[in-house]
Amino acid sequence: MLVLFGATLRALPRIFRYRRNLAEQLFEIGNASLFMACVLSLFIGGVLSLQAGPLLTQRGLGSLLGGLVGASLAKELGPVMMSILIAGRIGSAMAAELGSMRVYQEIDALRTLNIDPVEYLVLPRVVAISVALPCLLVFSLLIGCAGGAFVAAFNADVAVSAAAFFNNLKTTLEPRDIIHGLIKTFLFAVTVGVVCCNQGLDTMGGPRGIGRSVTKAVVNSIVFILVLDYVITRMLLPFTKASMAGGF
Amino acid sequence: MTSAKTVESGVAVRVRQLRKSFGSQVVLDGVDLDVHPGEIFVLMGPSGSGKSVLLRHLIGLETADSGEILLNDTRIEDEGVRDRFRLAMVFQSGGLLNSLTVGENVGLYLSEHRLKPAVEIERIVQEKLALVHLGPKDSLKYPSELSGGMKKRVAIARALVMEPQVVLYDEPTSELDPLVAVTVGREIVRANAMTRATTLVVTHDRDLAFGIANRIAFLSEGRIVAVGTPEVIRASQDPLVHRFLSADFTRD
Repeated sequence: MLVLFGATLRALPRIFRYRRNLAEQLFEIGNASLFMACVLSLFIGGVLSLQAGPLLTQRGLGSLLGGLVGASLAKELGPVMMSILIAGRIGSAMAAELGSMRVYQEIDALRTLNIDPVEYLVLPRVVAISVALPCLLVFSLLIGCAGGAFVAAFNADVAVSAAAFFNNLKTTLEPRDIIHGLIKTFLFAVTVGVVCCNQGLDTMGGPRGIGRSVTKAVVNSIVFILVLDYVITRMLLPFTKASMAGGF
Repeated sequence: MTSAKTVESGVAVRVRQLRKSFGSQVVLDGVDLDVHPGEIFVLMGPSGSGKSVLLRHLIGLETADSGEILLNDTRIEDEGVRDRFRLAMVFQSGGLLNSLTVGENVGLYLSEHRLKPAVEIERIVQEKLALVHLGPKDSLKYPSELSGGMKKRVAIARALVMEPQVVLYDEPTSELDPLVAVTVGREIVRANAMTRATTLVVTHDRDLAFGIANRIAFLSEGRIVAVGTPEVIRASQDPLVHRFLSADFTRD
């Protein structure tokens, strides 16, 4: 996997040559995932308000709900949930497509045409997922906050007005929190892309092998996402402590 | 293509003491082979005898445990050998990229290596497709819309686009009915006559082998057991060759 990552990095300066493949992949990832990402975010934001809202309101801290929902979505839930969604939806498709290309000799055919499969197949996919996933996070954050505000305003146990919700969100959530989330998301995206492509290229043994590759690609991606999440959070914590102390 | 160019195009392929094992299974056990420039050389043998593995070594998809492969006198592992010699392969399944149209598949080598402008690529693609009796309408189809025989013909057209000096065919008539198999066999002979590329065909289709070969080698259990013209192979007294060639439903 590291070898594939290295080869993809080395090929990166030549991405312009594969702009058509890149555009196709970007469309595939963005178009296929935007609706699901929005639905997921809407409900995650709503559940966050539903769970945390009453607890904060009972203690007279209901006005802090917006910041809590926003920070949770931007720094943790958004990146992790979006990455897991993409691993399941797009990563599995990548592994299946490359796996089937491997089994049906398309990758061998590329090699005989002196075309590097890493440049032609892996590079556009990894770059596309690395660009698309952070974009999806921005949508996810906006929709998730809207979901949180909706539940906060209309649930009797929470009873925090949308104005109060967004006011606290505005004062609590800093650009560095969003950058924190974007960095995480970008690293998760690269990981999902490389893990899934690697699994696809390593496929052996016919249609059954493709199935095995898809399962391994998704499971390995999720494990990597969760392990990396801890590591990156630990590394970024010193840069975000100030905002947490000053916010809520 | 000029005749001077075509006569020069084939190269000699020499295989010396090639050995390959996958785990404990010996697949190639000291293969020696000489393929003359421009000839159609058929490698026959029963399933699992190592024919396709040998072909994959020739195109560089496998690395031998020991031994060497020479194109003229250049080792195939040498730096830049793929720039000096153009080798093309027609895979058993065709190996066409399912996400590309027939035309894009055929022109892939030229477009990815930016060897010609788009208009010129389109012209060459149509020319090569016409050689295998496919038309402009076919170039817009996707591989999933083609029959097995058409896929093989598209794969041949894609190989021809490279103007290869060596063309390798892996089981070109497998999964084809006899009529289509004959058509594909004719396409191989036509392509060879036109390009004079050294042509190596792996098959266990006896009709194809004896119908198109200048020479035939018989591979069994990773070793060459007989080499010669079709007449020599047909008259071979080697028990393996004899059994393979005489097998039919009424005997045994």
